[in-house]
Amino acid sequence: MKLSLGKWLLPVYSGLALLFLMIPIGYTFVYSFNDSLKSNITWRGFTFDKWLNVCNVQNGAVCQAFGNSLFIGAVATVVATTLGTMIAIAIVRYRFKFRSQTSLLLFLPMATPEVVLGAGLAAQFLSLGVPKDMLTIILAHTMFCISFVVVTVKARVASLDPALEEAGRDLYGSAWQVFARITFPLLLPGILAAALLSFALSFDDFIITNFNSGAVTTFPKYIYISAARGIPAEANVLASAVFILALVVVVTVQVSGAAKARRLAKLS
Amino acid sequence: MAFAAFSTATAPSTDPVARRRSPVALFLLLPGILYLVLFFLTPLVSLLLTSFQTPREFGDIGQYDYAFRWQNYTEVITTYWPHIVRSFSYALAATFFALVISYPLAYFIGVKARKWPLLQSLMLVLVIAPFFISFLLRTLAWKQLFSDESFVVQSLKALSLLGPEAHVTGTAFSVIFGLTYNFIPFMTLPLYTTLERLDVRYLEAGNDLYASPFQVFRKITIPLSMPGIVAGTLLTFIPAAGDYINASRDFLGGTGTQMMGNVIEANFLVLQNYPSAAALSIILMTVILVIVSIYVKRSGTEELL
Repeated sequence: MKLSLGKWLLPVYSGLALLFLMIPIGYTFVYSFNDSLKSNITWRGFTFDKWLNVCNVQNGAVCQAFGNSLFIGAVATVVATTLGTMIAIAIVRYRFKFRSQTSLLLFLPMATPEVVLGAGLAAQFLSLGVPKDMLTIILAHTMFCISFVVVTVKARVASLDPALEEAGRDLYGSAWQVFARITFPLLLPGILAAALLSFALSFDDFIITNFNSGAVTTFPKYIYISAARGIPAEANVLASAVFILALVVVVTVQVSGAAKARRLAKLS
Repeated sequence: MAFAAFSTATAPSTDPVARRRSPVALFLLLPGILYLVLFFLTPLVSLLLTSFQTPREFGDIGQYDYAFRWQNYTEVITTYWPHIVRSFSYALAATFFALVISYPLAYFIGVKARKWPLLQSLMLVLVIAPFFISFLLRTLAWKQLFSDESFVVQSLKALSLLGPEAHVTGTAFSVIFGLTYNFIPFMTLPLYTTLERLDVRYLEAGNDLYASPFQVFRKITIPLSMPGIVAGTLLTFIPAAGDYINASRDFLGGTGTQMMGNVIEANFLVLQNYPSAAALSIILMTVILVIVSIYVKRSGTEELL
């Protein structure tokens, strides 16, 4: 009896811990079907209305904020992924001066609390007289995404066999051809992972955005502002939709990765 | 993933490739580094300069001049010391709870579930699933679940576990609860990364040498998973200390639970008292950097990136 109890304790605990993590997600999802009036606090009955008319509430304020977040996330992701990938390649492949200083500069943004990053940028924009708008948000998001891109892509560059690129050069490929036909395709999974991470970080960022957004509203900022008077169920709808989409993408990637690993294991 | 940033486990210590010196390196590095200098480093400098500013004579609210008014620091420390203490103690408590909750989970996924790769992947997806839904909505969900009219609170009151006048939201408990919940994935993932590499033969050797399960855990498992513990605790402690969502009055906090982040936000965005906000930010940043460097040195994982 004692033995079987000990055997089951850890799996049961792990299941419960994961269940605990899911509670607020389940709550948000369920309340996206609430037939609520202005604020979405008490359960008033089931409806598909909110899913079908997401943008009709408050003249589409929720959707406007959501669209802003998508746009900011997309631009910040493209810029940060480009700059970060370049740095990652340089760090793994080349020798250069100020190496440890560069590493420190890349590490520090990740070790700085967001409120400090946000207040610092806001202080700089204030002293330069730069008005806060969409551009300042994009500049801020790109900044904190770069380091995460470098870390993610670096691992991929390090695992890349340089012999493959050498082979390309031996076969008279130009520097650009070697990069475009060999290096880039091999780095692509790492770059895509970094881009997804950047987008997720940017999309869900509130603290840094709050300091540098002026009158522009992003999705998290919309939720923060509405929190005091109650958030319409439409916000739950959009958040749930994003959740389902992200889950589908990640599960597909994970399952296909696991299947691939199993095939490779069988071969060897 | 990004969580490897704080652990040395994934960084290869020896360079398999002879690195070349080339002007290409400069071309690759310069744009990104310049960007970080312009939008990370100089903002920190302007934050430092702002923290010494003095109110402009006959100026409006929010108008300041550059000066060396170090009294800003003594003033914010005397005014806001409860917030400073609260920030670090809440963050410490949340880090502790997150570690205790996450370690067994990460151990199960990383060590026990190795035989079932599909289960392992699906459990990992569930660990990161909270990232896919808005941080603020998750926190608000807990607020509704703990509100006075909620099923949870009503049942606790019916069982007399909670006094009839007691509240759950707006207390230190709910803020620490929220911080713990929100940062569990940040703790679990780096722990998982190191535990996944744990060579179970070491544990078997311990057992063979008549060590008790507890001794094996304390003398073998914990030391081998140290990089994960260091990375996870930092990834939880740093954002938790600076967070102001959980402690906000509209979320899980109350008047008596405000943290440094709340005060920095209020001073900067509402009161337009930029020097005080800047001084508090510098204090927060300094304390965290000191803690991080001591902690990292003592646990022996020096090469961070």
